Amino acid sequence: MTQNQTEKLQAIREAMLAARNDAHPESHLIGILHKVQDVFGYLPREMMDEVAQTLEIPTAHIWGVATFYHYFNLEPIGRHVVSVCMGTACYVKGAASVLETLKKELGVEVGKTTSDGLFTLQEARCLGACGIAPVMMIDEKIYGQLDSKKTVDIINQYRKAAAEEKSAVGAETRRGKP
Amino acid sequence: MSRLITITINDKPYQVEPNQTIMQAADKLGFHIPRLCYHPKLSIEGACRVCIVEVEGMKNYVASCAFPVSDGMKIRTNTQALRTARRDIIELILDNHPQDCHTCERDGNCELQRLAASMGIRARHFEGERKRYEKDLSSEAVIRDPEKCILCGRCVRMCSEIQQVHNLTQAHRGFHTVVMPAYNMPMGESVCTACGQCINVCPTAAFLEKNYTQELFEKLNDPNLVKVVQFAPSVRAAIGEAFGLEPGLNMEGQLIASLRKLGFDYVFDTQFSADLTIMEEASEFLERLQSGGVLPMITSCSSAWMKCLEQFYPDLIPNVSTCKSPMSMQGAITKTYFAKKKKIDPRKILSVAVMCCTAKKYEAARPELMFDGMRGVDIVVTTREAAWMIKSAGIDLVNIQPEEPDHPLGISSGAGAIFGATGGVMEAAIRTAYELYTGETLVDIEVEAVRGLKGIKEGSITMDGKEIRVAVAHGLGNACRLLERVRQDPSRYHFIEIMGCPGGCVGGGGQPYAQINSIPLDDENLRKRAQALYDLDKAKTIRRSHDNPDVQKLYKEFLQSPLSPVSHQYLHTHYKAKTPVGIIPRNERTLSGDSK
Ligand code: SF4
Ligand code: SF4
Ligand code: SF4
Ligand code: FES
Repeated sequence: MTQNQTEKLQAIREAMLAARNDAHPESHLIGILHKVQDVFGYLPREMMDEVAQTLEIPTAHIWGVATFYHYFNLEPIGRHVVSVCMGTACYVKGAASVLETLKKELGVEVGKTTSDGLFTLQEARCLGACGIAPVMMIDEKIYGQLDSKKTVDIINQYRKAAAEEKSAVGAETRRGKP
Repeated sequence: MSRLITITINDKPYQVEPNQTIMQAADKLGFHIPRLCYHPKLSIEGACRVCIVEVEGMKNYVASCAFPVSDGMKIRTNTQALRTARRDIIELILDNHPQDCHTCERDGNCELQRLAASMGIRARHFEGERKRYEKDLSSEAVIRDPEKCILCGRCVRMCSEIQQVHNLTQAHRGFHTVVMPAYNMPMGESVCTACGQCINVCPTAAFLEKNYTQELFEKLNDPNLVKVVQFAPSVRAAIGEAFGLEPGLNMEGQLIASLRKLGFDYVFDTQFSADLTIMEEASEFLERLQSGGVLPMITSCSSAWMKCLEQFYPDLIPNVSTCKSPMSMQGAITKTYFAKKKKIDPRKILSVAVMCCTAKKYEAARPELMFDGMRGVDIVVTTREAAWMIKSAGIDLVNIQPEEPDHPLGISSGAGAIFGATGGVMEAAIRTAYELYTGETLVDIEVEAVRGLKGIKEGSITMDGKEIRVAVAHGLGNACRLLERVRQDPSRYHFIEIMGCPGGCVGGGGQPYAQINSIPLDDENLRKRAQALYDLDKAKTIRRSHDNPDVQKLYKEFLQSPLSPVSHQYLHTHYKAKTPVGIIPRNERTLSGDSK
């Protein structure tokens, strides 16, 4: 955990202790869950447990809230978020088969993260790039006019980059760097 | 009384009380508006829309379970357009529901079926995608089958509002909504207390007890086993309902005869062990009282309460009696004393319990209760399962010639009988503790203060000039509020009885489903079942546990005396804190009212 994260977590714990003494601790729940997601990128189970115990809100209730709002992620997010546009234009141009390709290639369902933690697969509403449909977005970057082969190629570029980075780090470590 | 107002229903004027919903007013006037998510003991959810009615001047139909009456209101409950709208609502539910009534455990006992039939649904018009989920079979007691769930939310409200366990939530949204414990945890790993009240209120087969009927039928046909059965007090007071009889008939003799016909070699009565429990529990209480032990002492007969204790109130474990429940005592005595007396290898005994309770299935499997490497009770079936087995075997419980239980674990006092009703264990304990403490016989043995359906009951008795303050709670929500008082003021009471289910065991999670024209956990029904047990008590010549001759004999021949080392070995147990830790919101713990 970075310095910044640790500080933020500290702030959340203080906010929870304040909320606990409120007549209606549950009115602070959504705000606190937002803050937790800010720090971790998702809602870790241990944190939901901690919120439940501190605010004295039953865990099932927290789970109901966390699963109701699409905003909350219930699982860790991969290093790269792959969003496939399922807007009308993309759909007509074959977004569904792009999505199928990605599911197969990454071996995960929509909303899930690959076991190496590299990709999270998501569906998106219109990404505003209908001219080059079908499109997907990886992190902030848009890729258009996709077909199966192109999609796999792009994914492989990211994999390659990650592998190179890893071996570079490995080499540095072997050279005795921290 | 407040001023009456005038409403019209289907063109006829009626004078009704204000401050009630259309449904409540209509009910009293004899108009039964169809309903699904509504239950009088739970908060109003207004989710299913089955209860819609037409109110003149309103653009849309209103949900009668949530909408209040007002002066001059013109209501229609049965127009053709309404009938169609309601039918569409039910058809849409059915569309998202497995079409397998024939193989479903609720077949013939299902509110959804009844509703569909009453709407005249004879064809399915909307055939679309339907949800598919795995069953959750992880719990020893309670099975969750989300595919059968129609999202009425009754279980969620029961579990959080009446039981205050808060194990369930409606997770996700829209088409993907599922009733589940936090984190989609398996029921068996959740804070679920196994009380089975979600089963009682569920209109469909989305919650069920773990069913052991097939296994039991198989074992009943095994010639190498000696089949022994016991049945709980409140089973006899309710099983008739599953055969279409009215609530509150004591079917003890018929049940015994039916169990023999099913193939049991010995039919014992759990009431015998209720007497035994009182011997141990009253002695334990007096020992704590006289030697400065931890008080208040809290009873330990209710298995759902025991699981609740370990997860929600570990700080109160020292207060809880170490006595096993009557079922588990009976199991232990069956495989020791009885086996020895009859020269049967205890490992050849099949020990079965017919219980009003689902949590007893969980209890029977608790490793802490094992002795000599054996379980005291091998199979627990609920009243519902037993009723089904009896019917399935073609036995006519209603008309069968009543029979007597077997000896030596069959005779019971009236005190053992009332164990099934809230307050009954306390009353039974008082009858014996008083005599053990003072050496005199308690004359007025009917302790009215602890009878009835009030959520928390308090009373006191004086023993040799010493005032003993007692309290009784039924339903885990009431228990929670009572225990909060104890946490705040530990010296307020000496002795507390807790039963996990509303009304006590008579309202157990394994009792017969609500019959047609009845609702689950109807107070009137609970009262009638309890009354059957109080009447049974009154009719007995022996009404105090310590006067039970077979219990006395058991001590003489085997246990020596209450709390002896032998008793401790077989009749007592211990509890320990368990995870996940249960959480009850602060404002619910401190509610002042003694709600039901
Ligand atoms: S729950 Fe009711 S409607 Fe559904 S399959 Fe079972 S019996 Fe039929
Ligand atoms: S069995 Fe009881 S505690 Fe468990 S989910 Fe059902 S109502 Fe809640
Ligand atoms: S499980 Fe039963 S009681 Fe609970 S929401 Fe579903 S249908 Fe209703
Ligand atoms: S019973 Fe009224 S909305 Fe469900």
